[in-house]
Amino acid sequence: MMGNVTLLEFLSMGREVANHRPWPRYQLDAKGWRQLVEQMTVSNWEILAEWGEPAEVHVLLRGEDSGAIAVASHPCPDGAFFALGQVRPAAIRLERAIRDLWGLIPEGLEDQRPWLDHGHWRVTHPLGRPRQYDGGRHLYKFLTAEGDGLHQIPVGPVHAGVIEPGHFRFHCQGETVVRLEERLGYVHKGIEGLLAGKPILDAARIAGRVSGDATVAYAIAFARAVEAALGLDIPPRAHWLRALMAELERIANHLFDIGAICNDAAFAIMLSHMGALREKILAANHAIFGHRLLMDRVVPGGVSMDLDEAGRQRLAALLPRLRHGFKRAVALYDQTPSLLDRTTGTGMIHGTLAHRFGVSGFVGRASSRSVDARRMPGYPPYDDLDFAIPVLAEGDVHARVQIRMEEVRASLALIEQILTGLPDGAFLTALPMRAGEGVALVESFRGEVAFWVRLSETGKVVRAHPHDPSWFQWPLLEAAIEGNIVADFPLCNKSFNCSYSGHDL
Amino acid sequence: MNAMLWQILQIILVVALAPLVTGYVRWVKARLNGRRGPVPIQPYRDLYRLLQKEAIVAHSASWIFRAAPYVTFASVWLAACIVPTFTTNMVLAPAADLIALVALLAVGRFWTALAGMDVGTAFGGLGASREMLIASLAEPAMLMVTFSLSLISGTTAPAQIVSFVLAGNVGVEVSLGLALAALVMVAIAENGRIPIDNPATHLELTMVHEAMVLEYSGRHLAMIEAAGMVRLTLFIALIATLFAPWGIAQPGAGALGVLVGMGAFLAKTFLLASTLAVFETSIAKMRVFRYADFLGGALLLGLLATIFLYVSEAV
Repeated sequence: MMGNVTLLEFLSMGREVANHRPWPRYQLDAKGWRQLVEQMTVSNWEILAEWGEPAEVHVLLRGEDSGAIAVASHPCPDGAFFALGQVRPAAIRLERAIRDLWGLIPEGLEDQRPWLDHGHWRVTHPLGRPRQYDGGRHLYKFLTAEGDGLHQIPVGPVHAGVIEPGHFRFHCQGETVVRLEERLGYVHKGIEGLLAGKPILDAARIAGRVSGDATVAYAIAFARAVEAALGLDIPPRAHWLRALMAELERIANHLFDIGAICNDAAFAIMLSHMGALREKILAANHAIFGHRLLMDRVVPGGVSMDLDEAGRQRLAALLPRLRHGFKRAVALYDQTPSLLDRTTGTGMIHGTLAHRFGVSGFVGRASSRSVDARRMPGYPPYDDLDFAIPVLAEGDVHARVQIRMEEVRASLALIEQILTGLPDGAFLTALPMRAGEGVALVESFRGEVAFWVRLSETGKVVRAHPHDPSWFQWPLLEAAIEGNIVADFPLCNKSFNCSYSGHDL
Repeated sequence: MNAMLWQILQIILVVALAPLVTGYVRWVKARLNGRRGPVPIQPYRDLYRLLQKEAIVAHSASWIFRAAPYVTFASVWLAACIVPTFTTNMVLAPAADLIALVALLAVGRFWTALAGMDVGTAFGGLGASREMLIASLAEPAMLMVTFSLSLISGTTAPAQIVSFVLAGNVGVEVSLGLALAALVMVAIAENGRIPIDNPATHLELTMVHEAMVLEYSGRHLAMIEAAGMVRLTLFIALIATLFAPWGIAQPGAGALGVLVGMGAFLAKTFLLASTLAVFETSIAKMRVFRYADFLGGALLLGLLATIFLYVSEAV
């Protein structure tokens, strides 16, 4: 172990891989990888994503003080690697998934239970060396809790409402939650298998569907990774239009989620107000870009359609109406004590825990982590735009609502700036055919979406990995509910609103 | 003879009207939320649909599970029959009093809670335990209201309380105001309305009443739902009858008087139902551990109502 060493200094002892942009990738041998794991006990480097290949494991790291980003890779032909989950709890589920998908064994990991593989796949290790599987379902052992008067409440995977599937196992003492354990993976779609071998533009359509509510963010992340791999510069107008769509998506999601949180406290009128505001955005999206959720409007090389003057004016006219409606809804929230009583002090996440899990997005920012991929590492056009990143320390449901309200205001201001400063010129460039590897980090409404791609000379995706911010938010939800009452779980859950689809891949 | 006729009419009326009252509350709430909302007669269609459907019963369910919907419905219906709505001239009026009413409602709740636990699912038990927590506080509060009313009027029979009030024997009393507040709070809790319970929620973990009846389907569910609707109508009628008895026909009032009583009852019912919808729209659901504060408040108000009677007498 070394004392004061930066991430890049440390990794430079490995072999740098050529053609990996914009941040370097280093290959570490078994000794180097083990040293990395050990070094991480003293250095506060964050894991941004971790994924595999049939005989290699990769981790995307950020050196926290410097903000430097790099990929560390570890070829492991013998099918095992020293687990990062030993020093970073956030990596545990990622490594369990790596084992399920690629068959690489995370050595030293205490929790060796499967994660995404529920025993319903016809093969084991579908992305590694697949083998026929007919062994029936695994018996999944939930973690236990012991004590007087404890009882279990199993919830899901099928819920009473029309929502995504996930299983929640509560251990309760009366109404108080002693332990919550999640079981996810019910919406595994084999995204990475689908992406492999696809032409870039086909892959972009799939990337935009990893998690439908963050389709713009995913499309931008994929496009930026591809453009990095190709060493391609896209026209400035494309950057600005992407940001415009990303902010529209952010506002629409934040509005609806704020309404949904209040609805879970049986304050339905907020959802009605917010739903009406969101509908204004979606209707404008449809009229201007031809798709309510803006799917497939961001493509590698730029954006698939331009914003004309009529569209610009429509958006400019929409802004004051959104501001006005939002202001009234916020006032309603602030002036309803029965609602504030539910959100304040519920589902606390302490800053240290948020820090340990490297959680991003509004969940992190409500627990004193000021991370935002638009600022650090930053990407165009946000370097030219002026926006604040709200941070609070309380870490409860109320704080998460407050952060999202601030972000709506910030995004409205961003859209205003984008509409006035939108540069002229082309909005799409042709993609060259070139081999390479690229990685991108993009701020979705939930948090940091990472995308890594490897392209072949023939213009196809060899391998790609999307990483949803929910990977690090789901475990914190378990911590947030501990000591709260069972009946507050829906409220906490909605205040996180993690993605099932983006997590289950 | 007339007493028998009006009693039969009352028995039919409470059941026939109950789905409309529930549908009306839902419709007003939808309107307040800016939605078009289902027509107020939708609950009739829902009940009809449920009655047509097959009733699925869990393998682990005993006879209690099958009997509970009928017992619950019957006890709530019977309770509704003894609350004078449009006339006090009814056969059952002397037979039953407010304490019997509390007991009948308790029977219905007891059976629903038993059925919730009978199938052995986690939600049934969760709902039953919450329901019993609410009941243990709501019932004494309801009894305190009964006591203060009977201390004023010298009787626990609702029909005689109405006659007593209509005869002009009661002025504006602090005790009556406190008792009214307590009864409204109890009514909210008993009917599973916001802020105690959310009748429209899909979130299993927050449910109280719905959690107990999650396993029901078909005609069983129709019975449970109908019992809930009758209970809401019953409490609205009870509040209207005890605290605003004006218009209710007295014995010997004749057909015209009964007609006036009917009109007054409908007007009062829909006015109170609208108030409920407005109230529910403007407030969020409270945390489970605040139930005790809320219903403890109701109990206290009921107690104060009784105490004030003695205090004012002493003065």
